Amino acid sequence: MALIWEYRFDFLAGVWWTVKLSVLSALLALVLAIVAGVARSSKLRVLRIASGVYVEFFRGTSALVQLFWLFYVLPYLGIDLTPLQCATLGLGLCFGAYGAEVVRSCIQAVPQGQLDAAAALNFSYFQTLRIVILPEALIMMMPLFSNLLIELIKATSLVSLITIPDLTFQAKSIITKTYSSGNVLLVTLAIYLVISLIAASFMRRMEKVLSRGRQTGQPA
Amino acid sequence: MSDMITFDKVDKRFGQTVVLDQFDFRVARGEKVAIIGPSGSGKSTLLRIIMALQDIDQGKVSLDGRPLWDAAGGKHRIKPTRKHLRDMRSLVGMVFQNFNLFPNLTALGNVAAAPRHVLGLSQAEAEARAAALLAQVGLSDKLQNYPATLSGGQQQRVAIARAMALEPEIMLFDEATSALDPERVGEVLEVMRALAHERDLTIVVVTHQIGVARAIADRICFMEGGRILEDGTPQQILNEPRNERTRAFLRAVHLS
Ligand SMILES: Nc1ncnc2c1ncn2[C@@H]1O[C@H](COP(=O)(O)OP(=O)(O)OP(=O)(O)O)[C@@H](O)[C@H]1O
Ligand SMILES: [Mg+2]
Repeated sequence: MALIWEYRFDFLAGVWWTVKLSVLSALLALVLAIVAGVARSSKLRVLRIASGVYVEFFRGTSALVQLFWLFYVLPYLGIDLTPLQCATLGLGLCFGAYGAEVVRSCIQAVPQGQLDAAAALNFSYFQTLRIVILPEALIMMMPLFSNLLIELIKATSLVSLITIPDLTFQAKSIITKTYSSGNVLLVTLAIYLVISLIAASFMRRMEKVLSRGRQTGQPA
Repeated sequence: MSDMITFDKVDKRFGQTVVLDQFDFRVARGEKVAIIGPSGSGKSTLLRIIMALQDIDQGKVSLDGRPLWDAAGGKHRIKPTRKHLRDMRSLVGMVFQNFNLFPNLTALGNVAAAPRHVLGLSQAEAEARAAALLAQVGLSDKLQNYPATLSGGQQQRVAIARAMALEPEIMLFDEATSALDPERVGEVLEVMRALAHERDLTIVVVTHQIGVARAIADRICFMEGGRILEDGTPQQILNEPRNERTRAFLRAVHLS
C-alpha cells in the first residue's frame, strides 16, 4: 500500500479526468436526451423519425468504435477535435441516445388528465411541455438517469484508449511501472465505486429537491 | 336571451360506439344546467366537446354564436387550427372529476399559471389574481400548499379557482364532487353554488349526485343512448319524471 501512496498524485490526476469527463458528457447527454426524447414524442413525423434514427444508431453500435471513429476518422474529414472533445462528444451522443428513451417513456407516463387540464387552460405546446410535462416527467426520470449516470462513469474508462489520462489509463501506467497489478486494480475499483456512490447520492438529493411538496402530510 | 351553447344534430362516435346521436342541445347565456344519466351515456364526451378537447363527426356546435365545430361526413368544415381552438377555449373553463392539479406547483402556482403564461400578466398581477380567487373558495391559508398536502375537497376548490382564473363565460363541471368523501362534498358544493349566483356565468354540471343537480341547476337534462330523453326544471324531472328511462335511472340512484 506504500506503493499506492507513492503514486497518489497519478491516481488523483486520473480521478480528475474521469470526473471532468463524466460531468461534461453527462451534461451533453442530458441535453441530447431531452431534445431527442421530446422530439420522439412529438406530433411531427419528421422529428420522430430523425430522433428515432439518432437513438437507434447510437444505442445499437459499439461506444468504443464510436470513440475510435471520432478520434481517428474525423481528422481525415478535416475536423480536428481534442481528445477531451472527442470523448465528451462520443460519450454524450451515446448516453444521450439511452437517455432519450428514458425521457420518451416518462413523457408518455404523464397522466392524460394533466394534459387535458393544460389544454383547458389554453397552454401552448411549449408551455405545456415546460410547465406541466417536463417537471412531472423529470421526477420519474431521476432514478433511471441515476442508473445511466453510473453506467456513464464506468464507460469513461474507454477513453483511456484514445489517449486520455483518466483513472483507468493511470492505473495501467502505474502497473507497467510497478508490476503490482493486484493492489493497483483493487484501489482503482474502489475509487470507481466511491465516485459512483457519490454520483448516486447526488442524484437522490436532486430527486428530493425536484419532488418537494409531493409527500402527503409534509409541510410546504 | 341568446344561446351560449348550441348543439345542432351532432353525431359523435368512437369506432363502433355511438356516443352522441343526432344530439340537439341548447343552453342560454347565464343558464345553469345539470346533465344526469347512466354511466357511458356520453356526458363527459359532451363536456369535452364543449371544452374543445374532442371533435365531432357530424353536425354543428357553437359557443356564444361562434361556430366551434362544424363537420359533415367526418370532415371538418371549420379547420380545428390551434388558433381557432385557443380562441374558443378562452370562453370555457372546466373542472375535472380527479382535479388534475399540477403536482409540481403550489395552490397559488396552479391558479396563477394560466393568467401568467396565457394572459401574459406579470408574476405579481397573476399571483394577486390567484390569491383573490383562492380567498373566494376559502383557501387563503393554503396558498403555499402543494396539492399532495391538500384534502380532496381543498384540491377541487383550487381546481375551480384555477378554471375561473381565465374569467370564462362558460364553466363545465364533470362529476366535480364524485371523487370526494361524502363529508367533503358540501364545501365544494358551496363554492359551486356561489358561482351559480353569478348571473352571466353559464354553467353545465355533469353529475350522478341528485343533490348536486338540485343545488346548482335551474334546468336538468336526462341523457341516455346519445340523446337527451327528458329536459325540464329540477322540480319536474326529480319529482314527476315523465320518461320511463328517467324514472328507472332516478330509482337506481336513490337506491344506491
Ligand atoms: N377516447 C375514447 N376512445 C374510445 N371510446 C371512448 C373514449 N372516450 C369515451 N369513450 C366511450 O364513449 C362512451 C361515452 O363515454 P363518456 O365518458 O362520455 O360517458 P359518461 O356518460 O361520462 O360516463 P360516466 O358517467 O361513467 O363518466 C363510453 O362507452 C366510452 O367507453
Ligand atoms: Mg364521465
